[in-house]
Amino acid sequence: VPRNYDPLLHPFEVPREYTRALNATKLERVFAKPFLSSLDGHRDGVNCMAKHPKSLSTVLSGACDGEVKIWNLTKHQCIRTIQAHEGFVRGMCARFCGTSFFTVGDDKTVKQWKMESPEYGEEEEPIHTILGKTVFTGIDHHWKEAVFATCGHQVDIWDEQRTSPMCSLTWGFDSISSVKFNPIETYLLGSCASDRNIVLYDMRKSTPLKKVILNMRTNTLCWNPMEAFIFTAANEDYNLYTFDMRYLESPVMVHMDHVSAVLDVDYSPTGKEFVSASFDKSVRIFPVDKGRSREVYHTKRMQHVITVKWTSDNKYILCGSDEMNIRLWKANASEKLGVLAPREKAAMNYNQKLKEKFQYHPKIRRIAQHRHLPRSIFCQIKEQRIMREARRRKELNRRKHSKPGSVPFVSERKKHIVAVVK
Amino acid sequence: MAEDWLGVEAAPSASDGEEEGQEDDERRHQQLLEAVSSLSGRRRRKLAERTEASVQVSEFNVSCKGAGEKLVLSELLQPIRPKSALSSVKKELNRVKQKKAVELPLSKEEAQRVVREAAYVGTSKDVGKWQQVVLQNRRAEQLVFPLKQEIATVVPLEQVASTWKPRTPLEQEIFGLLHKTQQPTVDPLLTPEETASLQAMSLEEARQRRAELQKARALQSYYEAKARREKRIKSKKYHRVLKKSKRRKALKEFEQLHKSDPEAALAKLEELEQLRMQERMSLKHQNKGKWARSRAIMAKYDLEARKAMQEQLARNKELMQKVRVELPEEEEEAGDMPEKDLASVTIPMGASGANPWMLGKPTGPAEEPQVEEGLGDVAVPGAAERKEDEEEEEEEVVSEEEALLQDFAQKRHTRQQWAERPEGRGADETEAIPELLGDSPIRPVCDEEQASLGMEQPSPAQEETLLSEQLNRVQTMEDVEALASEELVEEREKPAAARAKKRVQQQEEGRAGDKRAKKTPAKKKKIISLQAVLSGKPQEVPCASLPLVVEEEDGGVDQRGVITEAFAGDDVVADFRREKRKAEQAAKPQPVNLVLPGWGEWGGTGLKPSTKKVKRFLLKPPPAPPRKDQHLPHVIMSERRNIHAAAHQVNELPFPFEKHQQFEQSIRMPLGSTWNTQRAFQKLTTPRVVTRAGHIIQPISAEDVPEMATAAGTGAKPVLETLPKQQAEPFRRPRKKAR
Repeated sequence: VPRNYDPLLHPFEVPREYTRALNATKLERVFAKPFLSSLDGHRDGVNCMAKHPKSLSTVLSGACDGEVKIWNLTKHQCIRTIQAHEGFVRGMCARFCGTSFFTVGDDKTVKQWKMESPEYGEEEEPIHTILGKTVFTGIDHHWKEAVFATCGHQVDIWDEQRTSPMCSLTWGFDSISSVKFNPIETYLLGSCASDRNIVLYDMRKSTPLKKVILNMRTNTLCWNPMEAFIFTAANEDYNLYTFDMRYLESPVMVHMDHVSAVLDVDYSPTGKEFVSASFDKSVRIFPVDKGRSREVYHTKRMQHVITVKWTSDNKYILCGSDEMNIRLWKANASEKLGVLAPREKAAMNYNQKLKEKFQYHPKIRRIAQHRHLPRSIFCQIKEQRIMREARRRKELNRRKHSKPGSVPFVSERKKHIVAVVK
Repeated sequence: MAEDWLGVEAAPSASDGEEEGQEDDERRHQQLLEAVSSLSGRRRRKLAERTEASVQVSEFNVSCKGAGEKLVLSELLQPIRPKSALSSVKKELNRVKQKKAVELPLSKEEAQRVVREAAYVGTSKDVGKWQQVVLQNRRAEQLVFPLKQEIATVVPLEQVASTWKPRTPLEQEIFGLLHKTQQPTVDPLLTPEETASLQAMSLEEARQRRAELQKARALQSYYEAKARREKRIKSKKYHRVLKKSKRRKALKEFEQLHKSDPEAALAKLEELEQLRMQERMSLKHQNKGKWARSRAIMAKYDLEARKAMQEQLARNKELMQKVRVELPEEEEEAGDMPEKDLASVTIPMGASGANPWMLGKPTGPAEEPQVEEGLGDVAVPGAAERKEDEEEEEEEVVSEEEALLQDFAQKRHTRQQWAERPEGRGADETEAIPELLGDSPIRPVCDEEQASLGMEQPSPAQEETLLSEQLNRVQTMEDVEALASEELVEEREKPAAARAKKRVQQQEEGRAGDKRAKKTPAKKKKIISLQAVLSGKPQEVPCASLPLVVEEEDGGVDQRGVITEAFAGDDVVADFRREKRKAEQAAKPQPVNLVLPGWGEWGGTGLKPSTKKVKRFLLKPPPAPPRKDQHLPHVIMSERRNIHAAAHQVNELPFPFEKHQQFEQSIRMPLGSTWNTQRAFQKLTTPRVVTRAGHIIQPISAEDVPEMATAAGTGAKPVLETLPKQQAEPFRRPRKKAR
């Protein structure tokens, strides 16, 4: 249809677009229904999860009673159940080709399982079982080679074909809670231990590289899948820290919003955002370059969230929690699922841009940022705000009443780093 | 010796006795010196000094004269003359000289630290080569995931075959066999034998072809025979049904074509247009043929014949109808067009009358002759009908419009009634119209009226037959134009006589229409000003030779006159000006009066503070900045802050912006398709991140990034060159801490 774009014929462009933006924002909040379904079937808290590297609809989960379940997400069904370990399933990971997966448990074993269910009459048995000397607390598989790493008292790197580790990496004696391979520079490893440190390793030289000691213990870390040197650590002090591995002296960004220990973190496959699970019974989504979360998910029944995963098509989020459920969320709360007509898509893009354009306007911001929170979290946030304010005031007073220069200003980023050890 | 020398010098002046005395002095001095030197502790060494050769060489008596000096090997070697036999010794000695003592090994922790440090430096350098890619991705306008867009390329068979090599004995055997038979692996996949046989097959082909041709011919003859047979069938019903079905089929086909291939459909439409033109040219279906004439005679008595005639006429109409795709909006416009834009429409009408190009339009000649044939003839009633319809529509619109316009409508209604009076008297228009023109300047306001005047005559029977078609055609702009041309023709017939009569009547009515005459000049004046405001177009139509155009314009003028009359009461412009002045006054800063009566003066009722005091205590504010609407006469711009609007406004500059101009600019630029072309709209609204449903997004790898792939090949030069600053940092800092 030919149109006349003479601006005189279409006056008031800013007010009109503002109104549109306001409506778009309102509609976004109206349609924000992120919760899709819950996968129930575990008989104990879900302790770990793993994504299938080749299939979007498959997800694996391990529970605190040693049970491993494989789920079909499209049908919201459990496909297969394995009694894998005695005690907790501490960690699990799928092989890069998607044919098998590994689990480690409290029974000091590493087990490799086939991804396909056993045929009729066949027994459910692991392909390999490795008996270790100590308890393994985590496992991760190399992204390209037949190598995996476990952690416990030390970081062990195993060849899949052998029953003893290729090399053991230690730096002091400690219980290491998680180890992760870098997805881009695949010889790099990161681990976090309970003596509050994060250690980086190089698999090629079989040596640790550097160690950062933070104020409190780091529970997990996750590498950015698009930026080789960036990783994010989920800390006990309610914060997440994004580091550049080349400059460990201070984190690139401190992400604060949780009101309890952060237990797990996972990057979106686009590397622009990550999701974190917390002991405060909520899941939050943070942009990598922002200090505050853009989204918080919670339900009445969801307890402490122990593990969280972002699906590799960047559309969904899975979280496993204490109360035996795995929940499926939309990564973008108000997104319409399914195929969009071209006009719909254009309208969506336009609305998105409008929201971005007018995001600083007070009315729009108020609507866009409004989230409902459960009472407990809300109160805790308030409390912490008061605490932070008090601390700040105290520091201010101290600075005021002492010799100039004796109480230095410490930036928020540096505050949480105790030391960097070489 | 020194003493001797001194003694020699002193000799001429001193005696022997004196000399002895001198000797004594000297010894004492010597003793003193020795005592002093012994104090410094050097004496022992001096004692060890061997001053005279002795026969017995005691081990205690070894001189250690050179103890402080180092033994230099070269000095030892110096006396040895360079000889080949001794050169090896010399070399050995040289080597010994170069070797240093082995240092202590580092402690294990230290060693590990060094290793770690070295490894860290190396690794961060390795990782650092991603820096450029990361920055680029962060800044990217749009990122499409998954990064690796697999492009399915079909590798030709020949390529695959050429690269493949047989390895196993079986493969080799098969390969050998293939080669033996000269099986080709490149295109065309034909062996020489095969090509030869193909050539040989030409006879066979020819035969086949002949058979095909024969078959086709036979089929053709069958179809011909069938067609002939069908044609010979006398049943009319059969033919009718056949025709109908054919037509339906064609319609359906056309619709399908319209859906599937709009271009082909357009071509077909053009074909239809051609058909229409042919129809117009020919006399077919015009009830002029032999059959038609016979039917016309029969028609009086035979109902069927009449029906057939009507059918033919209908067909004619149908074929003559212009095929066009109409937009739904146009229909609406056509509805209120004649009412709203009367003034503007009348002008093109005049133009179309004079303009040969407009006459050349397909609709023009079709209708004009009909009109010229006779006003009371067959084709005209349709036009009249249309006019009436329009008028009805118009009146509806009017009734719906604002209250102000209602009395305008009323006035017009009364005028209409008044105008209809002479028409009722008879069909003699040539007399009636000039009369009207003469005695009332307001009269030719509505062209519709004029139309209705002339065209009230057609018989109702004829009206009914053509009604349905009329409804179809009323709705477009061209119809309106066609109507206009009709009117012009009408007017053309009555120019000269009308003018003459008009003048006479004006003189006659000079006294009677006193009031009206006074009214007209005033009105004329106003009209002119209005014209100047609206547009210069009506004046630009220069047709001095055609007096009727002047009349036409006169009509338009009066039309506007009516409008001014309707809005006579409210002077909007003056009101606005007053309002603006008021706003300006209100916005001016007021002086602050701080004058207190009685201070330093007499107080009491009726006393005014002195001018001096007033002058002193009346604070004049600085003049306000010039108003923004200073040069905009039609606008009042309020510069006061609106609280209701303020709630929606940003009150502090948001983070990424550095100047408020930047921010304002970002807001000012509209994004929507209302203000931007489709292409620009798409460009402006592209999302930052695009993902595809159901596609797994793999972590980035060197293959995904073209620069990385090439950089890996050439030693990662471009990336490393840009990095030194950032890379230097992590290496420098740790060293500081280590010490």
